[in-house]
Amino acid sequence: MSATTAAVRRKGAGLGLVAWLAGIVFFLPIAWMALTSFHSEEDAATNPPSFTAALTLDGYREFFGSGGGASPWPSLVNSVVASLASTLFVLLLALPAAYALSIRPVRKWTDVLFFFLSTKMLPVVAGLLPIYLFAKNTGMLDNIWLLVILYTSMNLPIAVWMMQSFLAEVPVAIIEAARVDGARLPTVLARVVAPIALPGIAATALICFIFSWNELLFARVLTGVVAETAPVFLTGFITSQGLFLAKVCAASLVISLPVLAAGFAAQDKLVQGLSLGAVK
Amino acid sequence: MTATTTAPTATPPVHTVRQPSDRLRAWATRGPLLPALVFMIAVTQLPFVATLVISFFDWNALYPKARHFTGVDNYQQVLTDADLRQSVWTTILLTVAVVLASLVLGLALALLLDRRFRGRGVVRTLLIAPFLVVPVAAALLWKHVLYNPEYGLLNGLLHYVGGPQPDWISTTPLLAVEASLVWQWTPFMMLILLAGLQSRDQQQIEAARVDGASDWQIFRHLTLPHLRRYLELGALLGSIYIVQNFDAVFTITSGGLGTANLPYTVYQSFYQAHENGLASAAGVLVVIGSIVIATFALRVVSSLFREEVGRA
Repeated sequence: MSATTAAVRRKGAGLGLVAWLAGIVFFLPIAWMALTSFHSEEDAATNPPSFTAALTLDGYREFFGSGGGASPWPSLVNSVVASLASTLFVLLLALPAAYALSIRPVRKWTDVLFFFLSTKMLPVVAGLLPIYLFAKNTGMLDNIWLLVILYTSMNLPIAVWMMQSFLAEVPVAIIEAARVDGARLPTVLARVVAPIALPGIAATALICFIFSWNELLFARVLTGVVAETAPVFLTGFITSQGLFLAKVCAASLVISLPVLAAGFAAQDKLVQGLSLGAVK
Repeated sequence: MTATTTAPTATPPVHTVRQPSDRLRAWATRGPLLPALVFMIAVTQLPFVATLVISFFDWNALYPKARHFTGVDNYQQVLTDADLRQSVWTTILLTVAVVLASLVLGLALALLLDRRFRGRGVVRTLLIAPFLVVPVAAALLWKHVLYNPEYGLLNGLLHYVGGPQPDWISTTPLLAVEASLVWQWTPFMMLILLAGLQSRDQQQIEAARVDGASDWQIFRHLTLPHLRRYLELGALLGSIYIVQNFDAVFTITSGGLGTANLPYTVYQSFYQAHENGLASAAGVLVVIGSIVIATFALRVVSSLFREEVGRA
């Protein structure tokens, strides 16, 4: 008996080691990107790779525009505006909708829910041209607020689905009890529903933020010099420009940081959001 | 649970206020839903209708005066054009390869993470990280930092073992794009499958083990059937996202070397070639393709959803 337990334990430890190895292999490109971003351009472009080269902030200085290249700040500001504003609009539209689909469900509420989901499955390219022509004719081209509207529509179905599933977790009996005790609707929402649903709402907001921040196709087609977002700024690095690895790594890392932060903050609810609430 | 038992559920809700008419009440419940619904219809459905209309016109943006109705000519042209047919094929190849590879890897990782071991939380975090890199940044990372034939990390590591120094992107362009996408999407699959593994009936597994079932038998006859719908869900959601992939193709190969997929081709045909009619026809074809996937996806989501609602 003790012999088999030992064997099982050995096997468990072995598989734990395999898991660790897999984790390191998957993380290696990111770790290497981080290390390279702190190397000088000469040390970044060596073969074999120089793991122990001296560290410097030159890549970051270069990225933030000290080298005379375009400054990333306007694009970063645009991305912040587009992501935050669209997330705010998503919450404003999705919260009442989710309420009408869970706590006081309308008739045929599942059909409505599935309509929202089906819009998410319509490929972006299918509507791209009319949106582009519309923007061109109304002077909305290269305007960050056009992206805000589009990102709102991109994330609204996800948010409605997620929040519906979070609000459905609020027991109806508590709400009824509060109403019986004479609480009015705003009080019920603020004192009873909000505390239970708030972590879910926060996770929804973080996931919407990530999707808006990452978006490239709309931004690439619909913005130019004024409303360019951070991912569009990154496309400037597609063609090599001599020794520029440290700068590329610094840029990629800085622009990915908000997503990494938001993603880890929402880690527990990430699956539920990405699977549109189908998996808990 | 405690809340439900302490709440006075038996007492019927007392309404002292005057009852509004039924129609007004119906609108009051529907009201909160309307802004979101109207917004979604306006922003996502109307453009598609416009695309459908444009797809029946011969319309090059550089010659706006020559615009005229051509019926299904654009579709004929799209379906017989060698480049476009190639891009349909590329899209299928790219999607199937990435989804299958990341599902298999994701399943292996989920099974590893489902066990208790030292530092499980840290490993989970390490594994999720690739999914949380901005897609363009991830594509740049693979293109310049890993694949570069002279000083990329891959060839740098190969150098240590005296291996060859291939030019990854020129020799295997589609595989290069696929590898970067598999790296980003494996964590997604892993998360969904891990959630599936953790929702298994532990008592049933214990019972099977007591009855002398081996690990493999438990996996084959209990775990895998339970995971089936999670595998389907991962595959379908992955397909929906990867069919639409633009970032990786645009960044790593710029659609060259036979890697142009449909989204890239549509982008190129109106953004660079200004062929509005052709681009729209291709767009409509992408939609028809996605509807097939979407129908299955909706069915799986709805079966999982009904189960959840039934359980609640």
